[in-house]
Amino acid sequence: MNRKKSIYPYLLVAPAVLIILCVVFVPVFNAVRMSFQHYDLRKPKEIAFIGLENYVSLFQDKLFWKSLIKTVLWVVFGVGFQFVFGFILAVLLNQEFKGRGVIRAVSLIPWVTPGVLIGLMWRWMYDGNYGVVNDILHKLHLINDNIAFLANPKTAFPAVIITIIWQGIPFFALMILAALQGIPYELYEAAEIDGATRLQRLFRITIPSIKNTILITLLLRIIWVANSVDVIFNMTEGGPAYATQTLSVYVFNKANVLNLGYSSAMAIMLAILLCSVAIPYLIFTFRGEDK
Amino acid sequence: MRQQSFVRRFFTLYLPLTLILLFILFPFYWIFLTSIKPETELYGAVTYITKNITFENYKKLFATTVNFFAAMKNSFIAAGLTTIVSLTASTLAAYAFSRYRFKGRRFLMAMFLSNNMFPTVLLLIPLYSIMRNLHILYTPWALVLAYTTFTLPFSVWLLNGFMNDLPMSLEEAALVDGCNRRQAFMRIVLPILGPSLVATGVYIFMTSWNEYTFAVMFTNNSSRTIPVALKSLIGQLGVDWGLLTAGGIITIIPVCIMFFFAQKRLVEGLTAGAVKG
Repeated sequence: MNRKKSIYPYLLVAPAVLIILCVVFVPVFNAVRMSFQHYDLRKPKEIAFIGLENYVSLFQDKLFWKSLIKTVLWVVFGVGFQFVFGFILAVLLNQEFKGRGVIRAVSLIPWVTPGVLIGLMWRWMYDGNYGVVNDILHKLHLINDNIAFLANPKTAFPAVIITIIWQGIPFFALMILAALQGIPYELYEAAEIDGATRLQRLFRITIPSIKNTILITLLLRIIWVANSVDVIFNMTEGGPAYATQTLSVYVFNKANVLNLGYSSAMAIMLAILLCSVAIPYLIFTFRGEDK
Repeated sequence: MRQQSFVRRFFTLYLPLTLILLFILFPFYWIFLTSIKPETELYGAVTYITKNITFENYKKLFATTVNFFAAMKNSFIAAGLTTIVSLTASTLAAYAFSRYRFKGRRFLMAMFLSNNMFPTVLLLIPLYSIMRNLHILYTPWALVLAYTTFTLPFSVWLLNGFMNDLPMSLEEAALVDGCNRRQAFMRIVLPILGPSLVATGVYIFMTSWNEYTFAVMFTNNSSRTIPVALKSLIGQLGVDWGLLTAGGIITIIPVCIMFFFAQKRLVEGLTAGAVKG
């Protein structure tokens, strides 16, 4: 490896670093500045420094706290079940059977489907009058009257969570499957000779061997799901009665009405929350690098 | 592997697999079916197959004022440019990270990784005013720049993994034979890396093609991309689900085709880093 002092590596990384500085770090700096300003594009003459005022009103904003709780539930249930079903799918796909390659590829399709389409197609399936979900539940004799899933504050939030679970299963499955395939088969053979039960093999061999992968995938997905706007926005726009409004969606809705100072303050709170997840992720990934 | 009885295999493999696949794939079947049903069959008793297949919705799609065709073109331009810019910058950066040990290397790598944690909505607002001041709002370049915020870090990371797996000996042999580093990179590294570059490019294209949050803020009627056009089908005509699902099918076909060609390599690359870590 080339350890000579040379400007060559710096020239190579320069374009990427320059782009990232301009499109990520400068905007983040601007967002911090804007969050201390009264900044409303509808009233451009009134832009002024107001210190912590945006943050103070944020903490008094009942909708902010409500969105915060929604975000936590959205992430816990969304990512949690993505993981459970992803894990099951990975274990199934790890067995040998005909057509495994095709099934693996096909089961990844939700992952490459745009969030807008995911939101819209589930909105159609949840439709209160002609939706297929209602029809299936009828046929299974689980309901008597149609439910307008996305119009009812009680059912809307579980409905959007099911959608995000559907979207995230493939990514978990593919990461866990790769990790499973990396476990040497001899370990299982040895365990079988020693008389280990299925459950023991799962908890003593499988899970410890893939725990790094699980951790990294969980952290990555938590960040992605917490940040996702498009699925919820295209299903409910955060309604009804803010029942499905996570912090990301709240910021997006506020930014749409051009109240940029306040939405920046809120976005920064979200970023700080995500740091508590992202920093372990960074430390963890870096331990793997350069060994 | 011991031979398992069919009954056991049915309950431990076929049944759960079928159930999960049904859950995953049914929505796609449903939107496809919706798109080829005649309108009369859509709003009434729910049917699970149709005898009256019609492609009326697909024809209508390209005749509405939403101009789906223009949106497809805009998406191709924005995603294509993003792919070229991100892939070029990230290949160079990943080569430096993988092949050189230099001061600030770890710091810069951490900088790329840390991009993951900035919420899209945090960047959205300041980027909007930057684009406005640069007068590139509503041009493809606004999207290209916005998309690099997530494509660039990810592809640097992905390509760094691919390059770390590449043995040094080939390049060293080329250097001994009198090539300089640039020649070794162009003649040895790039050709071997070809499939990985394609896979990374597909990933970048795919995520840019699908992106909505930036696109809805940074485009107008004439520059909007497919996801935005899809959504605007709703505003204009109430919700015409036949039309909308036809639009959905058209949207995912290009990415699905690309994905199937690149998926094996892409999955290897995505999982390699995590599994090793």
